[in-house]
Amino acid sequence: MVFGSPLVAFILTLVAGVVLFQIMGVNPFDALYAFFVEPLTSLYGWGELGVKATPLVLIAVALSIGFRAGVWNIGAEGQLTLGAICGGGVALLFYDVEGFWVLPLMIAAGIGGGMLWAAIPALLRTRFNANEILTSLMLTYVATLLLSMLVHGPWRDPDGFNFPESRIFSESATLPLILGGTRLHLGWIFALLAVAAGWLLMSRTIIGFQVKVVGEAPAAGRYAGFRVRRVIWFTLLLGGGAAGLAGLIEVSGPIGQLLPSISPGYGFTAIIVAFVGRLHPVGVLFAGLLLALSYLGGESAQISLNLPLAVTGVFQGLLLFFLLACDVLIHYEVRWRSNTLTSTRSG
Amino acid sequence: MAIEYADLNTEWLMDIVLATLLTIITAATPLLFAAIGEMVTEKSGVLNLGVEGMILLGAVTGFAVVHYSDSASLGIFAGMLAGAGLSLVFAALVLGFQASQVATGLALTIFGIGFSALLGQNLVGVAYDGLPKLPIPGLSQIPFLGPLLFQHDILVYLSVVLVILVSWFLYKTRYGLILRAVGDSHDAAHAIGYPVIWVRLCATLFGGAMAGLAGAYLSLAYSPLWIENMSAGRGWIALALVVFATWRPWRVMVGAYLFGGITILQLHAQAMGIGLPSQIMSMLPYLATIFVLVLISRDRNKIRLNAPASIGKPFHPTT
Repeated sequence: MVFGSPLVAFILTLVAGVVLFQIMGVNPFDALYAFFVEPLTSLYGWGELGVKATPLVLIAVALSIGFRAGVWNIGAEGQLTLGAICGGGVALLFYDVEGFWVLPLMIAAGIGGGMLWAAIPALLRTRFNANEILTSLMLTYVATLLLSMLVHGPWRDPDGFNFPESRIFSESATLPLILGGTRLHLGWIFALLAVAAGWLLMSRTIIGFQVKVVGEAPAAGRYAGFRVRRVIWFTLLLGGGAAGLAGLIEVSGPIGQLLPSISPGYGFTAIIVAFVGRLHPVGVLFAGLLLALSYLGGESAQISLNLPLAVTGVFQGLLLFFLLACDVLIHYEVRWRSNTLTSTRSG
Repeated sequence: MAIEYADLNTEWLMDIVLATLLTIITAATPLLFAAIGEMVTEKSGVLNLGVEGMILLGAVTGFAVVHYSDSASLGIFAGMLAGAGLSLVFAALVLGFQASQVATGLALTIFGIGFSALLGQNLVGVAYDGLPKLPIPGLSQIPFLGPLLFQHDILVYLSVVLVILVSWFLYKTRYGLILRAVGDSHDAAHAIGYPVIWVRLCATLFGGAMAGLAGAYLSLAYSPLWIENMSAGRGWIALALVVFATWRPWRVMVGAYLFGGITILQLHAQAMGIGLPSQIMSMLPYLATIFVLVLISRDRNKIRLNAPASIGKPFHPTT
């Protein structure tokens, strides 16, 4: 049942989609075809699926570890932006330098930037008891403004006709492609490694065990001498680092430069990915591919049926609603007793 | 001659101060609506993180209804209804299906951003004059204070009345006491025989309606127009304001005006062209939110004494 409910939720989302498209006056089956099938009819499309799934899987694997500990880092979008700023900054700094070391340095800077941004809510939560949901989210707005300031000001391309864009990164600062005829890049390998690492961490290490105990039975965790502060710091830095890496991958891969807006909300969608993936690394991989398809589908439906791009967000929200509703089937056993619906807690 | 010049100068200064204070009031009003609604929801023990989504849905619905029906009151009402409708989805999931309040609230925000953008795609760039001003006869003639306090649109007056009403309801009526009891200990309230789920449903719907009203105010009076994602984090700031106010209605009002002030002052500073990039100034409201959150949360006892004790905890009726 644990993996059944995402499936039920997906089917319900499709049903809701049919109704939604009918209301909008679009043939629902054309629309669903454009959304979920058309993007995958070419090799290029499959490559794009990997490109879109990369940041989602990377971030969601790390976020789901935090969520299991009850640490609600919902500012991954901001940490992604700071990773892009720091990693992109390195790329611009070594613009005319050729070298194999540029890309590793950018990756380190990207991860560091994301961790730095996540360290702020971690510090405020552990030192001042401030709610990490609100602080990490506020920092997202700050990060977006910071990026906008940099590309409008000091980092603007000197030969760019005053457009708010940085220079296009040099060859050594660009992620290599791994599949001919597509835009699939090295980042996808990182995402797969993150899935494996997340699984190892949660099932084979002591800190992974501590994360689970602190989240599910805080009192038992305290009794066992686990330090809650350490778990908060660990999960937030992990989430920040992963989001920072995802941001760096975006600017050094598919985008290739710094722009005022570098993500269509990957940091927020990753929250949905984490839940749809049942907070489990392998589940997150599949959920990441599904949500990546919703981005591709949105673009394809916009081109072929002239549907607004916002449909993607509606689908994503609906999927999470239905999933949360279906979860009642996991936690409760429904019994019919003398015409009244009663539920009993089963686990 | 010299005296006349000085008079002119004072008058000019007074005009500037008046204009600034007036814009602060309009910037504070949507925050006040959203925060006071969320405060009542939280007082009943429910944490709804979907304020941002409900504000946006209220904003687009209110604007659309006014655009197609030309009736401002209908638009305001529709905005409230839209916010309440979205909060009903939240209540169904959280109170009915026992879903996680944090996750459901986030879903509400993500859905609200997408759905409002979808509904409003034909409304971007449409103009609206804004809500009419309703000067209070007599009082609005008082120099300075008249235009400052008694020449607003209906919603500004309503927001102040709302604070008084909520304060009276929570602390002076029996139903307010029940609501607070449910928020502090749902098990005890249930044992006495109070309908915990119903009380929480009503409080959640009220919070949703107020968030919708905040949205309608944004799109009908503050801007007045519709742009995607126009709330720009106000829903989250409202959530922080509730903590800042330690769940007290009057302090919510103080907080809303403080944040309205910060929003407007940074805009004025940008307009006057002080040496900083505009983005630095735009960061101020968000940084200030973090700052006050830290300031208040630092004192763990203060939070523990004032926060509703059962906030965010699901209620399992044991029959």
